[in-house]
Amino acid sequence: MSRRPPGPVVAVAVLAVALFALPLAGLLWRAPWRSAWRELSSHDALTALRLSLQTSVLATAVAVLLGTPLAWVQARVAYPGRSVVRAVTMLPMVLPPVVGGVALLLALGRRGLVGRYLDGAGVHLPFHLSGAVAAEAFVAMPFFVLTLEAALRSVDPRLEEAARTLGAGPWAVFTRVTLPLVRPSLVAGALLCWARALGEFGATITFAGNLPGHTQTLPLFVYVKLEGSSPDAAVILSLVLLAVSLVVLVGLRERWLRAL
Amino acid sequence: MTAACGSAASGASGPVTVFAAASLTDVFGALPKSDVRPTFDFAGSQALVTQIQQGAPADVFASADQKSMQKLVDAGLVEAPKVFARNALEIAVAPGNPKHVSGLADLARRDIVVVLADSSVPAGNYAHQALATAGVTVHPKSLELDVKSTLAKVTSGEADAAIVYATDVKAAGAKASGVEIPTAQNVIATYPIAVVKATRHHAAAQAFVDAVRSSSGQRALADRGFLSAA
Amino acid sequence: MAAGTVTLSADVAVQVGQFALAVDLTVDSGDVVGIVGPNGAGKSTLLRVLAGLLALDAGRVALDGVVLDDPASGVFVPPEARPAGVVFQDYLLFPHLSALDNVAFGCRRRGVPRREARRRAREWLDRMGLADRAAARPAELSGGQAQRIALARALATDPALLLLDEPLAALDAPTRRDVRRDLHHHLDAFHGVRLLVTHDPLDALTLADRIVVIEDGRVVQTGRPDEIAAQPRSAYVAELVGTNLFRGTAAGGVVRTASGADLAVVDTAAVGAVFVVIPPAAVALYRTRPDGSPRNTWPATVAGVDRLGDRTRVRVTGPLTLVADVTPAAAAELPAEVWVAVKATEIQVYPA
Repeated sequence: MSRRPPGPVVAVAVLAVALFALPLAGLLWRAPWRSAWRELSSHDALTALRLSLQTSVLATAVAVLLGTPLAWVQARVAYPGRSVVRAVTMLPMVLPPVVGGVALLLALGRRGLVGRYLDGAGVHLPFHLSGAVAAEAFVAMPFFVLTLEAALRSVDPRLEEAARTLGAGPWAVFTRVTLPLVRPSLVAGALLCWARALGEFGATITFAGNLPGHTQTLPLFVYVKLEGSSPDAAVILSLVLLAVSLVVLVGLRERWLRAL
Repeated sequence: MTAACGSAASGASGPVTVFAAASLTDVFGALPKSDVRPTFDFAGSQALVTQIQQGAPADVFASADQKSMQKLVDAGLVEAPKVFARNALEIAVAPGNPKHVSGLADLARRDIVVVLADSSVPAGNYAHQALATAGVTVHPKSLELDVKSTLAKVTSGEADAAIVYATDVKAAGAKASGVEIPTAQNVIATYPIAVVKATRHHAAAQAFVDAVRSSSGQRALADRGFLSAA
Repeated sequence: MAAGTVTLSADVAVQVGQFALAVDLTVDSGDVVGIVGPNGAGKSTLLRVLAGLLALDAGRVALDGVVLDDPASGVFVPPEARPAGVVFQDYLLFPHLSALDNVAFGCRRRGVPRREARRRAREWLDRMGLADRAAARPAELSGGQAQRIALARALATDPALLLLDEPLAALDAPTRRDVRRDLHHHLDAFHGVRLLVTHDPLDALTLADRIVVIEDGRVVQTGRPDEIAAQPRSAYVAELVGTNLFRGTAAGGVVRTASGADLAVVDTAAVGAVFVVIPPAAVALYRTRPDGSPRNTWPATVAGVDRLGDRTRVRVTGPLTLVADVTPAAAAELPAEVWVAVKATEIQVYPA
């Protein structure tokens, strides 16, 4: 069946694409291509890029490990206060990331609610790579949890019952039936989470600080360059960040993001 | 504020948009009230320079360093700047100085967590100069993107010491103590102010500049820990 | 399954929201038991209890002497530990697994090594005539194929108890006819306890040896299909069994019933064992031999008249025992001896 799209809808859709594409075009237009290679191959830039990939992948791993059970409980267990828990777990999506960073400091910092005991135990999150991971996980995990929770809700619970009658215990049902059924959404959610973690700035700078080689991720490096000596480098590195995200998202889209 | 009112017979009242360095947040917000109704945009000096270069509607620019102001002078975007305040560096430590920091040399100690401003912002640049003068090598745990968040790392307890402006330590009140840096090692920041040429409220802009440089303006600055312009 | 009789005894009392189910049932492996009843009667709830998906509030379920659920003594065997195979309504095949792995799933979960589980699954696919569909995902299977995979999946673990929930409801009419015949064979070949839930009278009458009628959470009648047909104890049962069903042998457009009567049918292709269904509304009763000589005409005796709402159901005996639906006015004028006429076009023939 061929479907002719209504004109106004297409027009607005084009406008929406422009909203996304124009800033990208601006970056491309302004990019100092001649010095691009020098900026890219600089030690600091490569260090920041490596650190960004490292922390964002670790943050995604944290989100998947902690978020999968959370999403399952939220989707399957009716307990009093579930909506409150849902609101709390979504908070990082609406919270300005800098505020999130402050909140993390007050909780996990050296004098924080829990941080004072961590400090006593020799665990220091601020000014450490683990702090950057924690900040990114805090901000990005809701994207994973929400995606997975929606998918878990759409799984027919009768399929799980069928598995029970075939000899699968609750754990086997979860690993052999439930998880495989939501796998596309699980991967899509992890990708969203990773993309959000990769671009994280506010919570990271506030909670983990900004030290090259330790906590200075690419977005922080870009900001420092933009504010300081070389806005050119900032533009080039922004493009690198964009390119890395695009390659991953487009590359995996066909396979996984259909679930979104 | 009588000086401002007297010197501007007509058009000296009205809205003025002032782009000012972040370190001026407290003092500008507390300037004596007058007919000039300033609205402020506080940010890092360098960020403000970029914004003014891109045509942001500023009437007055007050910078925390000469270098940033000079960029706008060179670009012909501001009138002749005047220095209206100076600011010394100080070491901010936890209240009561529990780690017994007595000078820049202590910042090299292993048991002290030091945070500096990134050298791309004036306070960080000055701190690096001061440390170089003193011949001290420190290993900062973070290079913060502005001086306020540098200080915040000390007031929140994450860091034991940071090099910030004397005015910042004063503003922190009971949340931080200051350790003075001897004049020989110190770097004194100078704060220039200028009217932006593109202003459409020139008289009011000039009136704001005059108010800052007036005796009451200077008193307000001194109260916050600024050194006098001269 | 070892030879010998397996018995399921279920004294079931559960409350689900406002609905209460209270059923006492004993089934042994000699009979296929059809659980029938209107929607919401509690048929599926009963099945869930037996499968272990719903725990008893009171009562006791035991299979072959082994207690599966007994709240009084705190015994509850979870579904994964019960020797039960379930064929669900809509089959509930795992969409992420191939047909083969669906069938192998139960054996794998019960500890059979992958290779051996697959070998057994392949055997079952062969038996179902679906060897060529082993690699297909459930979404690629036809309704009839999916039904057979679901049956194979339930049987592959060699259960002692086979539970089927509306196994034919999701199929279209022609497929249903074929699958019903296959299912009949597989039920025959299975030696454990067999329970079939259905709301379709034809499925119940053709597949079950014994029928348990449940209405509103209670057993209202139980017996052999012909017993129930002879004396329905509620309007629902009357409606349910209010169809004339006979086993017979077809050849050349004529079906000879078990009682020896010959019926002319339109379906000349049917050969061998068949079911014949004659809707009560298709049975016409006359005071005298009807004109035009329809082929299926014989004299009969009125054995009983029941009022069923706006219709009257008349039972007649003769070469065939039949029920006929007539208007109350016509029934009032019926003599004791009548002529029965059934048009060949109204007779449905199903392979048995």
